[in-house]
Amino acid sequence: MEKKLKVAALRDGTVIDHIPSDKLFKVVQILHLDTCLNQITLANNLESKKIGSKGLVKIAERALAENETNKLALICPDAKINIIRDFEVIEKRPLFLPDEIVEIVQCANPKCITNHQPVQTRFDVIRDEEKVRLKCRYCEREISREEVKIK
Amino acid sequence: MNNSLVSITDYSKEEILSILDSARDFELNPDRKTLDGRVIATLFFEPSTRTRLSFETAVMRLGGSIIGFSDAATSSSSKGETLNDTIHMVSSYADVIVMRHPLEGAARFAAEISPVPVINAGDGANQHPSQTLLDLYSIFKTQGTLENLNICLVGDLKYGRTVHSLIMAMSHFNPTFKFIAPEELKMPEEYKIFCKKHNISFSESTELTDNFNDADILYMTRVQRERFQDLMEYERVKNVYTLKNDMLYNTRKNLKILHPLPRVTEIDPDVDANEKAYYFQQAKNGLYVRQAIVSKVLGVQ
Repeated sequence: MEKKLKVAALRDGTVIDHIPSDKLFKVVQILHLDTCLNQITLANNLESKKIGSKGLVKIAERALAENETNKLALICPDAKINIIRDFEVIEKRPLFLPDEIVEIVQCANPKCITNHQPVQTRFDVIRDEEKVRLKCRYCEREISREEVKIK
Repeated sequence: MNNSLVSITDYSKEEILSILDSARDFELNPDRKTLDGRVIATLFFEPSTRTRLSFETAVMRLGGSIIGFSDAATSSSSKGETLNDTIHMVSSYADVIVMRHPLEGAARFAAEISPVPVINAGDGANQHPSQTLLDLYSIFKTQGTLENLNICLVGDLKYGRTVHSLIMAMSHFNPTFKFIAPEELKMPEEYKIFCKKHNISFSESTELTDNFNDADILYMTRVQRERFQDLMEYERVKNVYTLKNDMLYNTRKNLKILHPLPRVTEIDPDVDANEKAYYFQQAKNGLYVRQAIVSKVLGVQ
């Protein structure tokens, strides 16, 4: 008989599914789950028909706010957020890239003030046709979504 | 945000024109007492004698007083004080902060946290809006208008901060640009995209000689050896972008030659006596433009 690890279904909380495996720990970082006191379940490198290999995060008894989940739009825009109440999915939340990204991304310009002084990074999201670029509020340099480095 | 001037893009077309108007007025009458009792701080975290003296003279001729420092080594930042703390401290003494800093974004940060307006006197390779405004004033004075001009930009178009800002500022006025630079230092793609987006026509060349006879403005910048990956290429091109007097024979009567200075080898001294040489007057215009900027920022007259 196969032994399976049973991941308990959430009664109430948030499930983030279909996280690309190489992004799982960035998700943990961005959501500051290291200091979250709720029961958290992390799984990674699970087989996924959709994306090959995926990770997932379950946070019990906490419904993440939209401005929190939207931070994930930068690194895993196709992840699925489900808000659970009484074992039911009450909300399937789409991810929208916000117009401004605060603190998560590091400026790629070594001469930017944010890399030398205690200044929170701020990037304006520039949507240029299909491409997304991030413009540093301070040094005004732009980077493409692919070049983004999470702090 | 509190009247600060960090980037030339902080000003609308109307605001740019109002500064130029005001500068014209100050040129007629630079010595006044309109800033009497005001204290302006010049915080130069890296030295720039020309810009600092220009701002300081601008303020003093209007009756204002100056405090500040001209080198980070003599400031509290050499003790490890953060920029945030320095700005807060100075803002409790001065009515305006004029700041030059080697790091990009420093002025934007200062403007965000400062209770008094901040004027960016240069942040790394990023912005230097008072230079751009004095360039515009010089163009306006000599051509009688900013509209529909043929502007030729020469030299280091890749790293040239003044050149990039000038393109952004002139975009309000329907210019036609010609970019003349060595291959290694040609105008970056993002500015060409900017021009296309704003329906600004431009052409590019690597040749200077005989290539600007239809220009109204010739804006020269220095081609620096340090900017070249390939030093043999530098040696090959270093004289190609030097302006000599005999290159000016077939140029327009109204042509003016601008240069943000300091000039090294890129404009031959034999050009200085030519009436088309305007670079020294250009620097002098900086005084009036800076008077206009400081006055506007303080909401004075």
